[in-house]
Amino acid sequence: MKRMKRIFLWIILVGLMVNTSAQESFPINGIRDIRAGLYAFTNATIVQNDKSKIENASLLIKQGKILAVGANIVIPKEAIIINCAGKFIYPSFIDPYTDYGVGATKRAAAGYNYSAPAQLISNKPGAFNWNQAIKPEINAAEMFSIDDATAANYRSNGFGTVFTHVKDGIARGTGAVVSLATENNHQAILKSKAAAVYSFEKGSSTQSYPSSLMGSISLLRQTYLDAKWYQSKPLTEGINLSLEAWNNNQNIPQIFVTDDKWNTVRADRLGDEFGVQYIIKGGDNGYQRIEEMVKTKASYILSVDFPIAMDLEDPNDARFVSLADLKHWEMAPTNLAAFEKANINFSISSADMKESKSFLSNIKKAIQYGLSENKALEALTKTPATQLGVYDQVGSLEVGKLANFIITTEPLFSSTSKIIENWVQGNKYEINTAEWKSLAGKYKLSIKNGTVNNEYNLEVKKDLSASIIGTDTLMAKLSINESMVKISFPNKKGKGAEQIRLGGTLLGNDWSGIGSDALGNKTTWTASLVAPLTNVETKKTNDTLKALAKITYPFVGFGNEVIPGQETILIKNATVWTSDKEGILKNTDVLVKNGKIAKLGQNLNEPNAKIIDGTGKHLSAGIIDEHSHIAALSINEGGQSVTSEVRIADNLNPEDINIYRQLSGGVTSSHILHGSANTIGGQTQLIKLRWGANDQDLKFAGADPFIKFALGENVKRTTSNNNNRFPDTRMGVEEVLNDAFDRALDYQKTLKENPNARKDLELEALVEILNKKRFITCHSYVQPEITYMLRIGDKYGFTVNTLTHILEGYKVADKIKKHGASVSTFSDWFMYKTEVQDATGYNAAIMQKVGLNVCINSDDAEMARRLNQEAAKTVTYGGVTEEEALKMVTINPAKALHVADKVGSIKIGKDADLVLWSDNPLSIYAKSLYTIVDGTIYFDRERDASLHQTVATEKARLVQKMLGDKKAGGPTRTASPSYQTILACGDHDHEDGIATIYESQKD
Amino acid sequence: MQKKYTTLLLLSFVSFCKLANAQETIYPAAAQNGATIITHATIHIGNGTVLNDAAVLFENGKIKQVGNNITAPAGANSIDATGKQVYPGLILPISSLGLKEINSGVRGSNDFQEIGDNNASIRTIVSYNTDSKVIDVLRANGVLLAHIAPMGELIEGRSSVVQLDAWNYEDAAYKEDIGLFINMPSFMTRRGGRGYIRAQATDPVKEGLAKMETIKKFFTEAKAYLQEKTHVSNNLKFEAVRGLFDGKQKLFIRANEVKQMLVAIDLGKTFGFNIVLVGAVESLQIASILNENKIPVILDNQHALPTTEDDDIDQLYKLPAQLKKAGVLFAINDANDQSKQRNISFNAGTAATYGLDKEEALSAITLNTAKILGIDDITGSIEIGKDANIIISAGDILDMRGNQITNAFIQGRSINLDNKQKQLYERYKYKYKIK
Repeated sequence: MKRMKRIFLWIILVGLMVNTSAQESFPINGIRDIRAGLYAFTNATIVQNDKSKIENASLLIKQGKILAVGANIVIPKEAIIINCAGKFIYPSFIDPYTDYGVGATKRAAAGYNYSAPAQLISNKPGAFNWNQAIKPEINAAEMFSIDDATAANYRSNGFGTVFTHVKDGIARGTGAVVSLATENNHQAILKSKAAAVYSFEKGSSTQSYPSSLMGSISLLRQTYLDAKWYQSKPLTEGINLSLEAWNNNQNIPQIFVTDDKWNTVRADRLGDEFGVQYIIKGGDNGYQRIEEMVKTKASYILSVDFPIAMDLEDPNDARFVSLADLKHWEMAPTNLAAFEKANINFSISSADMKESKSFLSNIKKAIQYGLSENKALEALTKTPATQLGVYDQVGSLEVGKLANFIITTEPLFSSTSKIIENWVQGNKYEINTAEWKSLAGKYKLSIKNGTVNNEYNLEVKKDLSASIIGTDTLMAKLSINESMVKISFPNKKGKGAEQIRLGGTLLGNDWSGIGSDALGNKTTWTASLVAPLTNVETKKTNDTLKALAKITYPFVGFGNEVIPGQETILIKNATVWTSDKEGILKNTDVLVKNGKIAKLGQNLNEPNAKIIDGTGKHLSAGIIDEHSHIAALSINEGGQSVTSEVRIADNLNPEDINIYRQLSGGVTSSHILHGSANTIGGQTQLIKLRWGANDQDLKFAGADPFIKFALGENVKRTTSNNNNRFPDTRMGVEEVLNDAFDRALDYQKTLKENPNARKDLELEALVEILNKKRFITCHSYVQPEITYMLRIGDKYGFTVNTLTHILEGYKVADKIKKHGASVSTFSDWFMYKTEVQDATGYNAAIMQKVGLNVCINSDDAEMARRLNQEAAKTVTYGGVTEEEALKMVTINPAKALHVADKVGSIKIGKDADLVLWSDNPLSIYAKSLYTIVDGTIYFDRERDASLHQTVATEKARLVQKMLGDKKAGGPTRTASPSYQTILACGDHDHEDGIATIYESQKD
Repeated sequence: MQKKYTTLLLLSFVSFCKLANAQETIYPAAAQNGATIITHATIHIGNGTVLNDAAVLFENGKIKQVGNNITAPAGANSIDATGKQVYPGLILPISSLGLKEINSGVRGSNDFQEIGDNNASIRTIVSYNTDSKVIDVLRANGVLLAHIAPMGELIEGRSSVVQLDAWNYEDAAYKEDIGLFINMPSFMTRRGGRGYIRAQATDPVKEGLAKMETIKKFFTEAKAYLQEKTHVSNNLKFEAVRGLFDGKQKLFIRANEVKQMLVAIDLGKTFGFNIVLVGAVESLQIASILNENKIPVILDNQHALPTTEDDDIDQLYKLPAQLKKAGVLFAINDANDQSKQRNISFNAGTAATYGLDKEEALSAITLNTAKILGIDDITGSIEIGKDANIIISAGDILDMRGNQITNAFIQGRSINLDNKQKQLYERYKYKYKIK
């Protein structure tokens, strides 16, 4: 058996020898210098992969590849032997996400600038895609050149191989797997076009579109369709090198870069639409929604970039750091462990790290926070190699693979372990060569001054801190540079001590040199090892883990550890505002069961129901906000005048605190609209305010799809001095609409004639409008534009469903009535821009009296909390009855949104979306006590008080912990306030304080 | 109840129709000549007292008597306010009314912010446009006085109080140049758009304090300059702040952050100025300091989102009640001065819902405001000797369900409550034949 193995090895050896010269096609300037590159690393503990560890083994490499590995292998005579006794050998790591050697990422000079002219088409030369952020043609291998300094940095962290690509754009093209050897570019590239990379960030593209997350998603979606269509070689397209490359890239691994758990979900969902399973470069917060991460079925690339503690000494600074940020600081190191526990496959990247020094220590931290050592090793070696299709070359120490390995002082993940050398493709790179020999130990130090010989006991610790042990322990300064050494220590303790200084060389454990004593006399000295220091590794107990913050849903203050569930609820003896035929019922009971309104009447009984006493209180249907911009990550795609392809649903944000705040104001459903940056905005999303649900579960199931249109000042970009985007007048706006629907008609016809015609998502949405399958909510102000919008509906055969804002609706209420549109307005805002000069508080009342279906909306995250009061203003201005006024925020918007069969009134069989008010719901003195959605109590004013206490207590604990970290000398950074981002139409001023950032249509 | 309001409204509209007023023919009222008595009213004095079935008598612009047994002089105009509520006229504590017409998109209509970082000498009163279309709308909601403030980078300029029924700014001037405005630099790390913290080139605290140094230098030099009676050359900016040093002017400092407010208080102490904090969203954090130093605040907004994600959902709604408890003098405003200041009484109403007594909430938009502006000797409450700035409402003005102003008097003059919005209402009621 042994003989067989030996013969086998020789065969390999001979085979390799034939095939060993570097870069055959290149001429040599000088005399050729071919070397065997044969090394044997003996007596090591070799960890071949996460499963196999061989003690006292040898590794034989030749010409950059592994020739043999094992306990009993024959070492050829010409091999250079490196004795690794006591040392450990691991496959070197693979970083699956870098831009090594392809140039630093170019960033856009500035973000989208509202005041600058729009750039509507790519300005890249060549027959490439219309959109500059789609560049699948980029091939990292064509741009790659070895970058010594960066490679050295990666190698110092144990990497031997990286995946590199140009980190720029939405479709970023293909990346290459390259080794970190620095011989030549050609051999460093192990695999070109190893994977194609995508993201939601348009990077350096200066083009206006897309300017939003949902725009990026839509662009990707359209590009998938275009590329498929391009396979039919359409004459109308000509040559499109980008689409060609896109198609060619489809059969290699697809990596999608995300920075956050919800973006991860979004990316995966996009992949599902087109039958693509992405490998996902995830953010650092997947642990907050691990179930959603599991559901993607993706393999992940995760970073170990954990947040650094903030300096919170000043309570004013601490006040502005959110609980969510504090908790994330504490819990981020559990991210990898959470993925492992959930059985999700992942690799580890050093990406995103500001301090590459902390890479290994952060992995050790992750292990301390529950990640297993085996998983860590697998995630650094085998998994990335497998993800990138290079496991046949790297990722473990097996015969025939590249000689990429690290030699460490101790088991890799022990706290004091150090990498001594990192070998890449058979080339040695020194990392901590001084560690070959541990210098730690007790030394006898003799210093001779002529005939006088003073002896000292020198103790050197692992971290090379040193001291002289005697009656007094004197701290010594020791510094070692390769084989040179410097030592200095005081001659006595306390004041008046003089320094004894020594300098010299190391030869193994024998040190020697010359020096100067306390009086400045010249000396000679020697030091020799008496006894090595024994390694006492104390296992840290994981008490820290027990005290960690809890995951809440959502992961912000006022989130719940358990998402509230449906209950059977009996509300007794309330004044019930039905918003239905029954009007206002006194002393009435309402039973809620299985999420629906089950019974309505007097003296109802239900065993096991939660009883809520409604005596003296008022019950209304949940408030429905027809015009809202909460719970989304982007609202406006202003890159073009027609963007009917973008979808708010693509970027819902279920963690927006305003969901909870609005529940406290009795809101149960919100229609999340695209903003008013352009004439034909995006597809809207009706949601229910299910606090804690994920983005999919926020959606109002079974609701008709809507789309936002806008007219007037915002879409003609009145406040921009440099508008070059058509239209610039209301005349132009009208023609944009005509043109869009004309195009939609043509498109419909083309598709009928040729089912293989190009699918255009922009026009699909418009065709849906023509076919009454999608409905318009149209932002409009002044009477001419209102009128022409109605006429466009008439012309193309559809009803404009809702006119929103509609501050001059009262002027053409008769026309609106005849057309059949609903109207949705503010109660009393006026004067803030030219098109609202004729706005009046009486608008809603007039339109209601003419017989329109009138809704009062918020368009404002704050005001939505008081929509009942806004409705009450129609009583103030125009004398609408109280019952009708409340309908303007309940059943009327339900009708406008086509969900009146499900919500909007208190009727048996409808969804139990209810609000119990402390007072008449139209009174300013009314507070919501309970807000119920689908029979689930999402807001309870008493529970809110205790939640607030929980937030305060937890925050105080975390601030103390951060302060403790700072005291203990841990790294800190300046406190960054956790600003709240509020998205808005940009239609009027919002005044929401010092820690709020508004992003309006002007972005 | 509801019917009653409607009837009242109809009645008032009928009378307006008769006058056939367009906005331009809504004339400022002539000076009160003689006496007016409002009887059988529930009178909210403004200082916390409520008188039931009471009367108020005012003559030649001044309040003569308030109480339960008042006899009017012969020939007095008498208004029966049975079932109605009588309040002092509301005062806007800070506004750019008359300076800002169309905020967005029409630069030419805006005169509230001058360029440069020291505009100590500019005066809002000279730019106050009595024909602004916003004014009449505010009056119809009971706002009768407004403190017109400038905005700017740092030292913003001087403010004046106006009454809202006038031909021109000289008529409108109620008390001129009562304060100097300073916009305190922010000491918070700012963040760029789209969720990224941008690396700040400079420390915001350092940068802010450097700006404060320029302010201190200005006042130091002004103080020295003002010691001397004559100068080779006048310095208008120094002259403009004379009132601060002799206590005739107040220093209004826009400050929301704790650090801003603390620095502002120190500025006041350094020069012995009477200061008022404007905005003061974080005032609860330093309530005891404000109480000790007797520093009042003007709250910019009741109807705003909580300051941080983790703050109580009703943090700002209940702020006035908490300040009251802590002994801080405050007035309630709405910083969104164009489209929302008509709702100032509802801002107060919200404060009442969240813990403030209703009469205290009323004080926060009347007497407290007058005190803070230094005009409580002549207005802010229905008390003998003060100007007859009075409103009559069909119901509780703090609540939308009650706020129906039927009569308003500025210095005893019965003012016209019509406005463009009501006229447009009439116009389209006519078109659609709505009754």
